[in-house]
Amino acid sequence: MRKFHQVAAACAISAIMLSGSVLAQNAAAPKKEETGKDIAFNRVKGNCLACHGMPTVPDAESTGLYGPPLIAMSARYPDKAKLRAQIWDATAFNPASSMIPFGKHGVLTEQEIDKVTDFVYGL
Amino acid sequence: MKQQLIMKLLAGMAGLGIALGAATAHASPEADRQEFIKYYTSKYPDVKLEDYVYGALAFDADSKAQYDAIMEFPPFEADIEKGRKMWETPFKNGKTYASCLPNGGKQIAGNYPMFDDAKGKVVTLQDAINDCRTTNGEEAFKINDMKTMGVLTAYMRTLSDGMLMNIKVEGPKAMAAYEDGKKTFFTRKGQLNFACANCHVQNAGTRLRSELISPAVGHAVHWPVFRGGDSLVTLQQRYDGCFKQVRAVPPAQGGTTMNNLEYFHSALSNGMPMKASVFRK
Ligand code: HEC
Ligand code: HEC
Repeated sequence: MRKFHQVAAACAISAIMLSGSVLAQNAAAPKKEETGKDIAFNRVKGNCLACHGMPTVPDAESTGLYGPPLIAMSARYPDKAKLRAQIWDATAFNPASSMIPFGKHGVLTEQEIDKVTDFVYGL
Repeated sequence: MKQQLIMKLLAGMAGLGIALGAATAHASPEADRQEFIKYYTSKYPDVKLEDYVYGALAFDADSKAQYDAIMEFPPFEADIEKGRKMWETPFKNGKTYASCLPNGGKQIAGNYPMFDDAKGKVVTLQDAINDCRTTNGEEAFKINDMKTMGVLTAYMRTLSDGMLMNIKVEGPKAMAAYEDGKKTFFTRKGQLNFACANCHVQNAGTRLRSELISPAVGHAVHWPVFRGGDSLVTLQQRYDGCFKQVRAVPPAQGGTTMNNLEYFHSALSNGMPMKASVFRK
């Protein structure tokens, strides 16, 4: 029953992997007030984990590697406004950046960006 | 030095359409292909170029082993068989696909998309199949109908297994179509602001969440794919998915933008062997 095994394997593989839309997923919008972390983790909002590891956050799992790990941010960005600007539009600093211009393209609201900046600053 | 063209193109994606045009005006398709290959192979010297036909699997031995196991007894054989019946069933006038396609429809998939000088536009293999249908009094299939066109090509393209991709870009009109496809490939789009190249060039071999990203060289040879083993996806259907993923409105399948994209994108795989159909997760 080799064939059955192969089919079963195929199903198992597709079940554990994300089936395609790694960036734009249709999760239901949570109702309660979102924290910066919620927004950063939410796949239809920040989805920062698609590209960044967060080594100091234990539940930051299956993170991607497009961007560098976010760690020791307050030391590396003494100027918080600079950090916010990177999140608002990364292409302003690196035209070839593959980071989403969250503010410029209205992916996140100004208030959401403030919250995410605070969260990331604390990493 | 060597990587200048691609770096310029990536930087050009910031929105300077002009930079793009300026950087590429004189590049021949073969020079482009070589430039892409250099870009990937200097970043990943250990991955063999001939393995790029496996897409992301070329970068992950475990997934490749799973793929090999599944391909021994493909779970989508019944669909290929359905496609074979469609292929062999004569039209109402008694003619067959084999009688109206070049070379009986064998060893031809690697010639498509081709630039048709008489029509003045790019023609995909799907277009050629539809021409065959309408010439013989049948209705054209919808290009994005996986149940008809998809299933038919899942079998039909196996008749070209082993043929080397052989896209020709000859003459100024063909070149313009090719350049248009290249522009689509390098232009950022959607709310999330990605060009195809941001993922499949700049980040090929890198993980986006848990997805390993495939290189564009080798992309076009193995269609359709069966995702999860049973869900048939044609090449332009996959483009459609990638457009939606970055929250862009996908151009119509079978339209000029998609066909020109497929023309450019297929030329990047020139010289690589065709293989239909394959498993993808
Ligand atoms: C699709 C990929 C992607 C996503 C999603 C993404 N980033 Fe990035 N990020 C990058 C890349 C690539 C860089 C490297 C610098 C550059 O090219 O801009 C980067 C750089 C950064 C930097 C600078 C890091 C340093 O070491 O200087 C910060 C801060 C940052 N990102 C925060 C975020 C936050 C917060 C989010 C989510 C709201 C996010 N990123 C989402 C790709 C991404
Ligand atoms: C934000 C990232 C992203 C962008 C932008 C993107 N893709 Fe993809 N693409 C993916 C992911 C993830 C996959 C699935 C993993 C893989 O095979 O690379 C994929 C798969 C594919 C595949 C199938 C590869 C195979 O062997 O099964 C093709 C072909 C493809 N993309 C073409 C394109 C084209 C053309 C564009 C531009 C219109 C594009 N992609 C834009 C992320 C992206």
